Amino acid sequence: MTTKLSPVDVLIIGFGWTGGIIAKELAASGLKIVALERGGPRNTNPDFLDPQIHDELRYAARHDLMQNVSRETLTFRNEPSEMALPMRRLGSFLPGKGVGGAGVHWNGVTWRWLEWDHQPRNKTVDKYGEKIIPPDMSLQDWPISYDDLEPYYDKFEKTCGTSGKAGNLAGRKIDGGNIFEGPRKNEYPNPPMIASQGMVMFEKAARNLGYHPFPQPSSNASRDYVNPDGVAFGQCHYCGFCERFGCEANAKASPHFTVIPLAMKNPNFRLRTNATVLKVNLDSTGKKAVSATYLDARGREFEQPADLIILSAYALWNVHLLLHSGIGKPYDPATGKGVVGRNYAYQCGGGATAFFGKDTVMNQFMGAGALGSCIDDFNGDSYDFEKAGYIGGGGISCASSGARPVQFHPTPRGTARWGSSWKKAVVDHYNHTLRIGNQGAVMANRSNYLDLDPTYTDVFGRPLLRMTFNFRENEVKQMNGQADICVNIAREMGAIRVDREVSPIPYSIVPYQSTHNTGGAVFGLDPATSVLNKYLQVWDVPNVFVTGACVFPQNAGKNPTGPVGALAYWAADAIKNRYLKSPGPLVGG
Amino acid sequence: MSKRPEGDNAADRREFLKLVSVAGAASALPFAGDASGAGKATASAHAMHDHKSTSASLSPSRDGYEFFNTSESAFIEAAVDTLIPADAVGPGALELGVATYIDRQMAGSYGKGDRLYLVGPFGEGSPQQGYQLAMTPSELIRIGIADVNGHTQRKFNKTFEALSNSDRTAVITELDDRKVDLPNVPTATFFGLLLQLTIEGYFADPMYGGNKNKASWKMIGFPGASAMYMDKIEPFRNRPYTAEPLGIQDLA
Repeated sequence: MTTKLSPVDVLIIGFGWTGGIIAKELAASGLKIVALERGGPRNTNPDFLDPQIHDELRYAARHDLMQNVSRETLTFRNEPSEMALPMRRLGSFLPGKGVGGAGVHWNGVTWRWLEWDHQPRNKTVDKYGEKIIPPDMSLQDWPISYDDLEPYYDKFEKTCGTSGKAGNLAGRKIDGGNIFEGPRKNEYPNPPMIASQGMVMFEKAARNLGYHPFPQPSSNASRDYVNPDGVAFGQCHYCGFCERFGCEANAKASPHFTVIPLAMKNPNFRLRTNATVLKVNLDSTGKKAVSATYLDARGREFEQPADLIILSAYALWNVHLLLHSGIGKPYDPATGKGVVGRNYAYQCGGGATAFFGKDTVMNQFMGAGALGSCIDDFNGDSYDFEKAGYIGGGGISCASSGARPVQFHPTPRGTARWGSSWKKAVVDHYNHTLRIGNQGAVMANRSNYLDLDPTYTDVFGRPLLRMTFNFRENEVKQMNGQADICVNIAREMGAIRVDREVSPIPYSIVPYQSTHNTGGAVFGLDPATSVLNKYLQVWDVPNVFVTGACVFPQNAGKNPTGPVGALAYWAADAIKNRYLKSPGPLVGG
Repeated sequence: MSKRPEGDNAADRREFLKLVSVAGAASALPFAGDASGAGKATASAHAMHDHKSTSASLSPSRDGYEFFNTSESAFIEAAVDTLIPADAVGPGALELGVATYIDRQMAGSYGKGDRLYLVGPFGEGSPQQGYQLAMTPSELIRIGIADVNGHTQRKFNKTFEALSNSDRTAVITELDDRKVDLPNVPTATFFGLLLQLTIEGYFADPMYGGNKNKASWKMIGFPGASAMYMDKIEPFRNRPYTAEPLGIQDLA
């Protein structure tokens, strides 16, 4: 029995960063807005208070703030020829659940992606010719440039109080910032965070090697800060409980205390929590969305009609909703036709673990999620693709995001996993070890995609999302090339032992790697190769917009939240200033 | 603990015990006051392996077991003691209450698979596809314990906890190296869970039943849940930071 509710103007599905930004930006419109969030409400007080939040077992090991896969999960296989099996527990990535989404438990690393990341095909072909692009790589340009997005990157940085140092102010390169970044109109809203011992060592070594180190842009506030919306941030405590945790200090930018309370001040806005959207319903033409069906906490089914629907769930679940609702043509890897699920990408990694003597003391437990030093000398197109043998590269960094011992007790490769020798190795290395990491870009490949699983269902009876993904030749070469660079840096830092690492090949869904799942509902210039136009509007169903990292045509060697936030502001502008004035397609298909 | 003199194990042991005593914790530790070094500590630990004869004041299970029966708790106590033994470097898992920790985890939501997707069909899949068993962690542990005891019964005519230290170490090594094919659980999956739980209990906040008196944190120099370093991260660059670790309940 479905209860049909009275219609609203705008329905927002998923209430993290992007849903929160759009709800807040549309608040002045006078429109009636409802947001549906599958998880519960969350507030700094009482949900993230010190000392209870400093609980590694509950939050980091047991994933208390994350999605519970006993209810909704996905199936996974490396290749289209295999049988996909369910992801029975979380591992490789950790989607959030609840108000604020993964924006509550992220680290706060807030990049502007490099100019190349926005136009990788054109810029690569211009420099190296078409032949350098492997035939199975669906390398695809964004429909907008870095310059188009620059004001929105700026807006998101100010919302988040991002701490950093500009390396390119209006074309003027600044030593100590990231000289490879695109031109910025403004400095970061806050100065860089205090560098840790590891960062000081990394920066010195990187400079010795001729690279260009800079502090990682961090939405962990380096000082007390009030953002342009009047939201107050506390200075970061460097507590070392950041990623996988909420922040007790409101120092780590999160939607739950920034954009969401502002959206909720709007008298025309309603948030319904514990509301799981099952499906977006279309009219008989299939070209217009009319409502969404959802369950409340008690399992009662509701239909919420709306004129405009925003899909702002986690990247993977937006794609799942599109597929399950029949919005857009599903991608078929055999023919290369269809768009929904196409160009799923991820992050590849590895690097070097650097072991030092007892006289070098790291104190990595003093840290913050986004505290780190980076180089982009081998990221985007900062390096020679032909010489390296791979496209896209990766950001290389030395992070100080904490040293919580259940999950951090490094020992050199070859050490026993237990017993007295293990314990001695843990004691010898716990405070004398650093990791130099590569965050590698993953280029889209025609065999990496998302669709619906033919066998397994979620607790609501819907087919699970099926992920088919492997690291392809470009990524394997990249991880190896970048790992060598990380090893060299570690040696230059004076490590007495260095263990070289790459992500598991074939890709494995088991060990944690990154919650940077991208693609599957990409935006573009051509409806044949994209689900969305440049305003994140569905080509086929123009009263549906989709936000989040699912819109990226491929992944970059950088964390996604910067462009995810910037694009939410970009889409909100398009909705406010274009769509609402004349509802319909904003770009001719 | 970089201030610790190197190459002097007995001194290390005294240093460790002194730190523990400062926390007012000595009475809860079976080896408090025993500064005679690794050999003696191991002998003491060995005495505890006899499940029945463990005196109440020394027993890691004085709080009682919720999940394990006496045979299973004897196995777990012996297993964690083998995986992380007491020695000159630092405390063992048994004395830190890791058996109690594992018991509580198995009795609670994690052990019951509250975050596991346990819908069929079940297939083995590739290693990259991860855990594919129809068992919850508590079922896996229970069946695995019986499997290992069956193995040691066949090989030594004894259950695991009744074996000598060296035989236990040999059995654990076989499991880790996948030299034993357990009949009802995949050896690597069972051993992986056992080791994971042991390390978790050793390093997690003491409120979960292990890491008594924050002794593992003291051993490695992790200050625990008291975490306010904005004025310390720069002055303590490349300088040892020693603070009495605090757990969540110390601060709440």
